[in-house]
Amino acid sequence: MNVQETVKKYIVEAMLMGRGGDDLAGDTSFLARDILDSTGVLELAFFLEETFAIKVADEDMVPENLDSLNAIAAFVARKQARVAADRGGVAVSSSGR
Amino acid sequence: MDARAPGFAFSASILDLDAAREADRIAQAVLELVQKRLKRRGVVVGVSGGIDSGVVAALCARALGPQRVVALLMPEKESSAESLELGRRLCDHLGVQAIQEDITPLLEASGCYRRRDEALRAVIPEYGPGWKSKIVLPGVLDTDMYRVYSVVARSPDGREVKARLPPEAYLTVVASTNFKQRARKMLEYFHADRLAYAVAGTPNRLEYDQGFFVKNGDGAADIKPIAHLYKAQVYQLAAHLGLPADIRSRPPTTDTYSLPQSQEEFYFSLPYHQMDLCLWARDHDIAPAEVGRALGLDAVQVGRVFRDIDAKRAAARYLGSPPLLVDPAAADPEKADQT
Repeated sequence: MNVQETVKKYIVEAMLMGRGGDDLAGDTSFLARDILDSTGVLELAFFLEETFAIKVADEDMVPENLDSLNAIAAFVARKQARVAADRGGVAVSSSGR
Repeated sequence: MDARAPGFAFSASILDLDAAREADRIAQAVLELVQKRLKRRGVVVGVSGGIDSGVVAALCARALGPQRVVALLMPEKESSAESLELGRRLCDHLGVQAIQEDITPLLEASGCYRRRDEALRAVIPEYGPGWKSKIVLPGVLDTDMYRVYSVVARSPDGREVKARLPPEAYLTVVASTNFKQRARKMLEYFHADRLAYAVAGTPNRLEYDQGFFVKNGDGAADIKPIAHLYKAQVYQLAAHLGLPADIRSRPPTTDTYSLPQSQEEFYFSLPYHQMDLCLWARDHDIAPAEVGRALGLDAVQVGRVFRDIDAKRAAARYLGSPPLLVDPAAADPEKADQT
């Protein structure tokens, strides 16, 4: 599963009680669809940290990074690339566990 | 006020009211609601030493006579001594009966403090006796950051720690702290039942609209006499009603967490006098640039405040919702709401 699929599965399960989500496209805004409230954002950030071994800083918690599946995938990829660079390794493409 | 009328200019004066007339109008409504609609004999009101409960108690005393108003002072071990002192002064001033109920034993029995402290130890393992804490939101004006709470804790020797809690711990801290408002409401209804009185809630319009209350805690009441008033208007009524000056000049505080906490860092994105105007503007389709000119903000900042207002309103839908029925179960919708 790639990042989008992993996060989509999580959002459907955690925020939508396991129902719906078929129309959740890569660019669907969670805010516009009333899917994420502030507690949901906190949960999502925690999920991303646990699942992708990244650190979501306070200043990362903006719609630009977290408001759609595409935005999250790009954000996770940037974070993982930075982690890899800090370790002196090679940036890997984003992928879920 | 018609924001589309010729010559209309958006400014703080839109919230000016005829305080004498409004006080009479509310007092008349309180009498009508309590006596005729609810068929109760008086009012119980929890008094915090703040402006809102002070104005509600004063309006109820004016409506029903001070002898038909019971004010409850409900301190606990983490509330400020000033709250109790100001609450007492208010009761003396109004000539209403004050009953003090220390809710600390109730909160200890329900595990309010213990459950909260255990949750805080998820990120601050050394949190324990002598520590104090509060939850805070980031500012809204200069960033698009989601408004996600962090905890600020202070050790007995003054060291301060700020951390984002894991979701479960955060929700447990909030749920534990909500015991405070619910314990107070339980006592308000004890006295109301004992006396055949109604319970008056004290939210102002900002709190009522934006969901700044605990469901079945301070959100529960039989009447809410100032829920239609902006905070600035509550201050105008307080001045008209002659409330003690130290109550009128006290900065709004939540007095819920053990560290001092302003209402802006806890809930609202701006000080009340700006928040009032932004809420009014949001409901009257005033452009962010025009609001910004009146408040000394830019249009982007006002846009952020508007988004925050909308987000809080969305969250408040659950808080304000009565129990929902699958089918209507009473001929009178008012009765259905009470079941």
